[in-house]
Amino acid sequence: MTMRPPLTNLPILLEDVSFVVRDVTILDRIDLMLTPGAPTVVIGPNGAGKTTLLRLAMGLIRPTSGRVTWGGRTDAPADRRAIVFQRPVMLRRSAEANLRYALAAADVPSTEHESRVRELLALVGLASLGGRPARKLSGGEQQRLALARALAKDPQVLFLDEPTASLDPAATQSVEDLIRDVAARGIKVVMSTHDLGEARRLAGDVVLMHRGRIVETNNATAFFSNPKTSEASRFVTGQLLV
Amino acid sequence: MPTRRLFIVMAAAASLLASSAAFSQEKSIVVASTTSTQDSGLFGHILPLFKKKTGIDVRVVSQGTGQALDTGRRGDADVVFVHAKRQEEKFVADGFGVRRYPVMYNDFILIGPKSNSAGINGTKDIVAALKIVKSNGAPFISRGDKSGTHAAELRLWNAAGIDITKDRGAWYKEIGQGMGAALNTASASNAYVLADRGTWLSFKNRGELVIAVEGDNRLFNQYGVMLVNPEKHKHVKKELGQAFVDWLISAEGQKAIADYKIDGQQLFFPNANAPGA
Amino acid sequence: MPENVSALQLVLAGDPALYAIVRLSLIVSLSAVLLAALVGLPFGAWLALSRFRGREGAIVILNALMGLPPVVVGLLVFLLLSRSGPLGSWGILFTPQAMIVAQTILIAPIIAALARQTIEDLWLEYRDELQAMNVGTLGSVVTLLWDGRFSLLTALLAGFGRAAAEVGAVIIVGGNIDGFTRTMTTAIALETSKGDLPLAIGLGMILIVIVVLVNAAAWGTRRFGERMAG
Repeated sequence: MTMRPPLTNLPILLEDVSFVVRDVTILDRIDLMLTPGAPTVVIGPNGAGKTTLLRLAMGLIRPTSGRVTWGGRTDAPADRRAIVFQRPVMLRRSAEANLRYALAAADVPSTEHESRVRELLALVGLASLGGRPARKLSGGEQQRLALARALAKDPQVLFLDEPTASLDPAATQSVEDLIRDVAARGIKVVMSTHDLGEARRLAGDVVLMHRGRIVETNNATAFFSNPKTSEASRFVTGQLLV
Repeated sequence: MPTRRLFIVMAAAASLLASSAAFSQEKSIVVASTTSTQDSGLFGHILPLFKKKTGIDVRVVSQGTGQALDTGRRGDADVVFVHAKRQEEKFVADGFGVRRYPVMYNDFILIGPKSNSAGINGTKDIVAALKIVKSNGAPFISRGDKSGTHAAELRLWNAAGIDITKDRGAWYKEIGQGMGAALNTASASNAYVLADRGTWLSFKNRGELVIAVEGDNRLFNQYGVMLVNPEKHKHVKKELGQAFVDWLISAEGQKAIADYKIDGQQLFFPNANAPGA
Repeated sequence: MPENVSALQLVLAGDPALYAIVRLSLIVSLSAVLLAALVGLPFGAWLALSRFRGREGAIVILNALMGLPPVVVGLLVFLLLSRSGPLGSWGILFTPQAMIVAQTILIAPIIAALARQTIEDLWLEYRDELQAMNVGTLGSVVTLLWDGRFSLLTALLAGFGRAAAEVGAVIIVGGNIDGFTRTMTTAIALETSKGDLPLAIGLGMILIVIVVLVNAAAWGTRRFGERMAG
């Protein structure tokens, strides 16, 4: 492992954050604190603003108003935050080469690349597929490779945007197992999903979003057993939230 | 990885340029000459002989006479070999050439359609023939490119008392191109055209064209050669250039010129020693 | 070349003068492609990624430069390289190097403009991932060029096709010197002017065959590469 400055990205604090694109309000005055611990799962229907929330918390985009801080700083470098997009894009090279690229981008010395690549491939169960062109892998395999690539940064916090949205049950299970592994290593996972079951299986905390606002935030047990808002109780009981 | 390959590519590019640069290390001169000497094949005959004797590679850039003199004036050639005596004398007088040497002559001929549309085929008087071409409005192709042949054509119209810049009609077309292109155009449109005999003899796409008028003294076409003045342009290869000039006017060079024949016909007549040529 | 023979006979007989012409054509045009790529690919990639006032205008101008008339480029390079011009001391007018310079200027905009389009499409696809990995602009350009290399072959081919086919620029700056700066196209122009239309057409067919072969090789490379790299 390389020596890195002990930067801490947590807690991530969103204060009165709005995000507006051409007069359309995507996020409306969000307040949220993300702290170390079990995975935070952001749920809500499509278009609720989940993806935008993750991108803001990752630091890929800046809020129109309000502020985002990482460990108290607005300018914390993103080198220990990682994200897996809903549809990860693999570079046009082998699975191993994709990981080497990510390691190089994270300034990991090239002498460590081979061992890290093996380790990451083994972690996501792709040890035998390292030489294959990444874009020829199946959807589930690409999703796991994307996770490995994100982990190449050795992140403190990992954002996952709908990590299982387009996967079949078997692939979903392997990705969910992986997420539990990652969380167990002490990495803070912040993920979005519109799948209630997945939220129940993985969440430590739940954030319910609807129409650009945070409707309810609570720990998972309380959220599912005793929703405070009508939206949350409808969502939990499987009614449509439109 | 990408960066390493980039270096390989750059090294390859550099070595390519260097290798093509190696071409120019040989003993060589650039001669600006006319399309007629090139297109007639004369250079193809005499340059290998010169190279064999001296080892000098002669690189011929063939242009119209006016353009060839310009090339010499800018210093882009070591030797100028053209056919427009008055312009050549001015070139030397202006200090761009060291000295003009007469080399050889060929003659111009009026080419026209076999059908003899103007009724001049087989006559000898070029001035009378041009008058008839004009009065009949028979189609005529002019080089219009300020070449030696173009200059000769304008002189002949002048001798016929016709101011061709004013006195022209749809029958008279300037194409602004070389001898070959003018012959191709005339061949395609059954027009009259003034040509040098050398290009005509080696020209293959004749179609219905034949020689209409030949043998008039006024169709005489003198070639001269000049070394570009090294005092104007320091980089001129004066020894090599002068060697070429000297060879052209030597007995050996003159014989080589006389020996060049197409279908048994001699194209150029050496006259380096003729007074006043 | 010997007189009164067809181009096919020259090919079959392995005529050294003909091969010298073909070789020079390939050296000049491929060198121009290489040099134009060294300039055009990074510039096209930079233009694809950059955002500045007047960018749209720059793209329009770059696209328009794809249609640069070879004669104009030839004349421009001629005036630059003439002994009486600003770069006259190089002494490369009427040499293959001058022809490479002219063709490089002619096709660099073609390669840059086509690369810009290719890279911009790829950038839209990769941008989020590269940003998430903290890859800077320079690193992104290198990655996009590398990952787009098989698509960029098309841009290089367009440049090569243009260079191999043009006559206007090389005849002005090369001078069509027999055995030194005579290329396929200037030889065709010369044979046409000599009225030897069958030989001119024969040379033209050889040129077409060569361009087709180069394209086929590039196409095969692209197919192979796509299969290997995904």
